[in-house]
Amino acid sequence: MVNPTWEPRTSLHVLEVRALFLTLIRQFFIARDILEVETPALGSHASIDANISCISCLYPAAAGLTKYYLQPSPEYAMKRLLAHESRSIYQLCKVFREGEFGRWHNPEFTMLEWYRVEWDYQALAAETEQLIKDLLQPHRQLDASEVYTYQSLFQTYADINPLSTSTQALKKLLQAHDINPPETDYDGFLQLVQTHLIEPKLPRNKLIRVIDYPESQAALARTRKTANTMVAERFEIFLDGVELANGYQELTDVVEQRTRFQRELDGRSAQSNPLPIIDERFMAAMASGLPECAGVAVGVDRVLALALGHTGIHEVITFPFDRI
Amino acid sequence: MATYTTSEFRSGLKIMIDADPCSIVENEFVKPGKGQAFNRVKIRNLKTGRMLEKTYKSGESVEAADVTDIDMQYVYTDGEFWYFMDPNSFEQISADKDAIADALKWLKEQDLCAVTIWNGAILNVTPPNFVELKVAQTDPGLRGDTTGGGNKPATLETGAVVKVPLFIDQGEILKIDTRTGDYVSRVKG
Repeated sequence: MVNPTWEPRTSLHVLEVRALFLTLIRQFFIARDILEVETPALGSHASIDANISCISCLYPAAAGLTKYYLQPSPEYAMKRLLAHESRSIYQLCKVFREGEFGRWHNPEFTMLEWYRVEWDYQALAAETEQLIKDLLQPHRQLDASEVYTYQSLFQTYADINPLSTSTQALKKLLQAHDINPPETDYDGFLQLVQTHLIEPKLPRNKLIRVIDYPESQAALARTRKTANTMVAERFEIFLDGVELANGYQELTDVVEQRTRFQRELDGRSAQSNPLPIIDERFMAAMASGLPECAGVAVGVDRVLALALGHTGIHEVITFPFDRI
Repeated sequence: MATYTTSEFRSGLKIMIDADPCSIVENEFVKPGKGQAFNRVKIRNLKTGRMLEKTYKSGESVEAADVTDIDMQYVYTDGEFWYFMDPNSFEQISADKDAIADALKWLKEQDLCAVTIWNGAILNVTPPNFVELKVAQTDPGLRGDTTGGGNKPATLETGAVVKVPLFIDQGEILKIDTRTGDYVSRVKG
């Protein structure tokens, strides 16, 4: 019987461009004297992040079948290395996320993550844009990049101030655009405005850098007091309405780190989601001192897809989730 | 009560929304890197035909709609209802005027139609893509004019009015594309 799903989704051309991407990425970091590292894809702890679910597996350890987790990001392990070696490092690896499957998502995907010791997040955002431009250059010519703060982005494309509006106003705005949103919280509505109203309107063919997120979306970024509010020193880079990179001025304060984890755990417990255990090895590394640094993660499959003009990442993955 | 979770969403899936059966036309998974996951869906209300958009939190469950699509033969009408028969079970069910809607003008007895059934009642009837119908009335045909452009209206035996070439005569049988309402060809016979 003929079952055409045995074949890869990718053309030979895509395979060649992907191979070239990996080479160019490594050259980019060699030229900047950043060390390539590998950390385990399998970890003993799940991510604490309230919005990330890990794929787990059972391993027959001494104490019986023990749950291990495929890592959704190399962040915790790379920070343990940073705390120990205090030098800039990068990693190209596969990461895994449960339940993420769609046009721009695959439960297993290729991530490029790097940390710049002693760097500021704005400088790292510029370096990230340089890398993306280098990768895209043979395939498409981008127009000049634009920079927005999270606040100016919302004001420009949705005519609302995300730092001083209300849950009700956000819900009304979505309903006025015929979007029937589910019940969610303030940040949930902000995200819906971003994904449903703003991303489709972002100018195409240029990198859009968004900086300084609401404190509630700080994740592991440092926060800073501005004139009238706190913002998280975080950036994201978009191309054609698609998020390509997410970076932070990394939080180095271990006490604040534990507070953030607790907040994520509270969020999980409010949604009756599983409560992961805090990785005390990671916390010990933070306590020993994470150097001041900025870090960023780039979705390599997405950059590749946009370089080649695809409207999703499955065309650039040999065997996406529905073919494995 | 059967339910689907958002991970089962795909186009064609039938779900209940606000007590109406609906069909998913498009499903998109959206999730900012550090944000919540949502499924953004475009849906057709199978009762009204209207399109709407809705966003679910990923992982949410939605009631399944007991909707089936089967091919049924149109049998007859009593003026109020139109009766269809399952050619396998010979079971008959009726459709009201709302369910028949635009299919009405193409329906000829014994035609096999795609029928959508919800909770035992006909929701929607799609006529065959091509039907063969007799011309009931049209202006006399222009002999010999088989090449030129130009057309005229013709009323078919079902009451539908279509544009036909000038050479068509009353009593002829025509092949019509019901999706566009266009004349396709004459049927010899």
